[in-house]
Amino acid sequence: MKALKTTPAWLQALPMGAVFFLFFILPLVLVAAVSLWPQNEYALEPGFTLDNYATLFRGCLFDAGSSDLCVTAKTYLSTLKFCVLVWAITLVLGFTLAYFVAFHVPGIGAQTALFTVMTIPFWTSNVIRMISWIPLLGRNGFINQTLMDIGAIRQPIEWLLYSDFSVVLAFVHLNTTFMMVPIFNSMMKIDRALIEAADDCGASAWQTLWQVIVPLCRTGILIGSIFVVTLVMGDFVTVGVMGGQQIASVGKTIQVQTSYLQFPAAAANAVVLLAVVLLFIVALNRLVDLRREL
Amino acid sequence: MTDRTEPNHEQPAASDGLSRRAVIKGGLLGTAGILASGYGPAVFSAEPITLRYLGTAVNQDKTIADKFEADTGIKVQYIPVTTDDVTKRAVTAPNSFDLIDTEYFSLKKIIPTGNLKGIDVKRIKNADKITPLFTKGEVAGKKVGDQGTAPKKVMFLAGEKSREFSKDPTQFMTLIPTVYNADTLGIRPDLIKRPIDSWKELLNPEFKGKTAILNIPSIGIMDAAMVVEAMGLYKYPDKGNMTKKEVDLTIKTLIEAKKAGQFRSLWKDFNESVNLMSSGEVVIQSMWSPAVTAVRTKGIACTFQPLKEGYRAWAAGFGVPSTLSGKKLDAAYEFINWFLDGWAGAYLNRQGYYSAVLDTAKSKMDAYEWAYWMEGKAAEKDIKSPNGQVLAKAGEKRDGGSYEQRMGGIACWNAIMDENTYMVQKWNEFVAA
Repeated sequence: MKALKTTPAWLQALPMGAVFFLFFILPLVLVAAVSLWPQNEYALEPGFTLDNYATLFRGCLFDAGSSDLCVTAKTYLSTLKFCVLVWAITLVLGFTLAYFVAFHVPGIGAQTALFTVMTIPFWTSNVIRMISWIPLLGRNGFINQTLMDIGAIRQPIEWLLYSDFSVVLAFVHLNTTFMMVPIFNSMMKIDRALIEAADDCGASAWQTLWQVIVPLCRTGILIGSIFVVTLVMGDFVTVGVMGGQQIASVGKTIQVQTSYLQFPAAAANAVVLLAVVLLFIVALNRLVDLRREL
Repeated sequence: MTDRTEPNHEQPAASDGLSRRAVIKGGLLGTAGILASGYGPAVFSAEPITLRYLGTAVNQDKTIADKFEADTGIKVQYIPVTTDDVTKRAVTAPNSFDLIDTEYFSLKKIIPTGNLKGIDVKRIKNADKITPLFTKGEVAGKKVGDQGTAPKKVMFLAGEKSREFSKDPTQFMTLIPTVYNADTLGIRPDLIKRPIDSWKELLNPEFKGKTAILNIPSIGIMDAAMVVEAMGLYKYPDKGNMTKKEVDLTIKTLIEAKKAGQFRSLWKDFNESVNLMSSGEVVIQSMWSPAVTAVRTKGIACTFQPLKEGYRAWAAGFGVPSTLSGKKLDAAYEFINWFLDGWAGAYLNRQGYYSAVLDTAKSKMDAYEWAYWMEGKAAEKDIKSPNGQVLAKAGEKRDGGSYEQRMGGIACWNAIMDENTYMVQKWNEFVAA
């Protein structure tokens, strides 16, 4: 113990710092640097050009004449739309589930068991979980067949698969746990005496929920939101598979560019995406001071 | 779905050196791979040689690897990735494989990096028997369409270590052809119920919401160009090398169709196209021949429909990374020679591909098989796939007729355009529209 106390603080922080530098700072700096290199299909040659950014934003700023948005703006809007929808749905779902287990299930044992049950979907790969929707939602899939058999519809419902609907559905399925777990964690930390106090003061169940529990769950909600937002913003697999590859997402664009060896363009895209996600996180942090609350 | 095959999947091979595999797992850690593979043979010399074979899942058949190992004692370890990722790895991680199976059009990106070396024809026993389609662009003495990256344009290197193509035959080939074919639209005749004879049907509003096009830009754009020409919108001087204006026009046509709800899906992976077709989500789409076969083996009617405008051809071949040497290099040559020797060729022909050396393949096929697959004659007996599933009943004929009819009908080849960067950018617009 004595030796530890005399070790300077910077030395103690060094291992973690080194890991961060090697696997976080350095790659980020590289991505930022490559985004400024000229485009060349078969080699990465250092240089300096703003062309990649210019191409990315072409038509976004000056081409006000045409009524259509530029591709980058459209792609971001589409990704943002999914982000907001998925965030809202997973928040309501995650909160409700966590609330039920934390406050309406008696006994730690039962709570732990139910909590584990809710994480079971995580035991399979997310690609499998996604693909398993396809036979259900397809034109000749289970849902359409059943509805046709009972005579509810004559023509198969087309928008069940390869649509915004199926993308949101898969996202919600994949990401609700990320929202639920931190909220559940926050709820379990709430001192039950506070709820009794609210009750004693004559608060209705709704008031207790809204004025006591929700504010005390802010940290969990924030952490869950950061997970969901960053996951949806960077996704390219779910949108590809569930959207029939017809729906644009920022991650997908980057993936196409890297597979065509357009690394500088992809890097520029990644930098912009990173900036947008960081803005989100900064904004969310303004709402809740994460460090103080943890 | 593509992404299932995307992260590097070194197939487990029992005797493979553990330390080396751990290093290779790094995927893009190409530089680490140099060291590992460079010293590998020396360290593991007592063990059987393993060839790491980079390519797409379509061509990587377990039976072929097993047969080769039984014949020669050399193991083949498949690394299946998507078409685009084969190129990407050849450019970014050239030491993560010992043998590459890539399409000819990718060479325009790979050769300038110097990551592949010319294959010495003197060491390839059947080199002079490779079909003239590759060396001269001819089928049965007649020139076929050469728009796009026709193999004859990129078949030879000026020297073993050269980064430039040679117009005339030399001692060094870039790739030794493995399989090739001419692609067209796949249809579900049972759901369409009328004859289809033109590429323009892909964008026919009659099939609204029931078509698909492939989402590999450099190939998808060619299919789109075939459609644009068939619709009479424009005649390209060279579909395989469009100007920016031509790219704009082609993408505009696609975007209009997409906005009108023409496409059910886009696909990128062979298996996706099979699923789309067999589930009935799609009734007409860009397709590859083995995908049609795969749908048929499920007992579902599917036709690889010959169209009057002709075919879009492709060809793949084996290349050897520049750094390969010693026993591994010998093993790579042995594999290529074995591949051209007939057994593999016959195996591929029975799947509906064409093999590079037809004579040797013929000697390993039964006469009735050869007549069905290559001569376009009605099947004398049931035609079975290499796995024993019935592909065609006695009396049926192959779609597209004989080898000469089919390969003679080539209109263009898969290509990398000069305006490739711009094209990919516009293709992203199409996906985003």
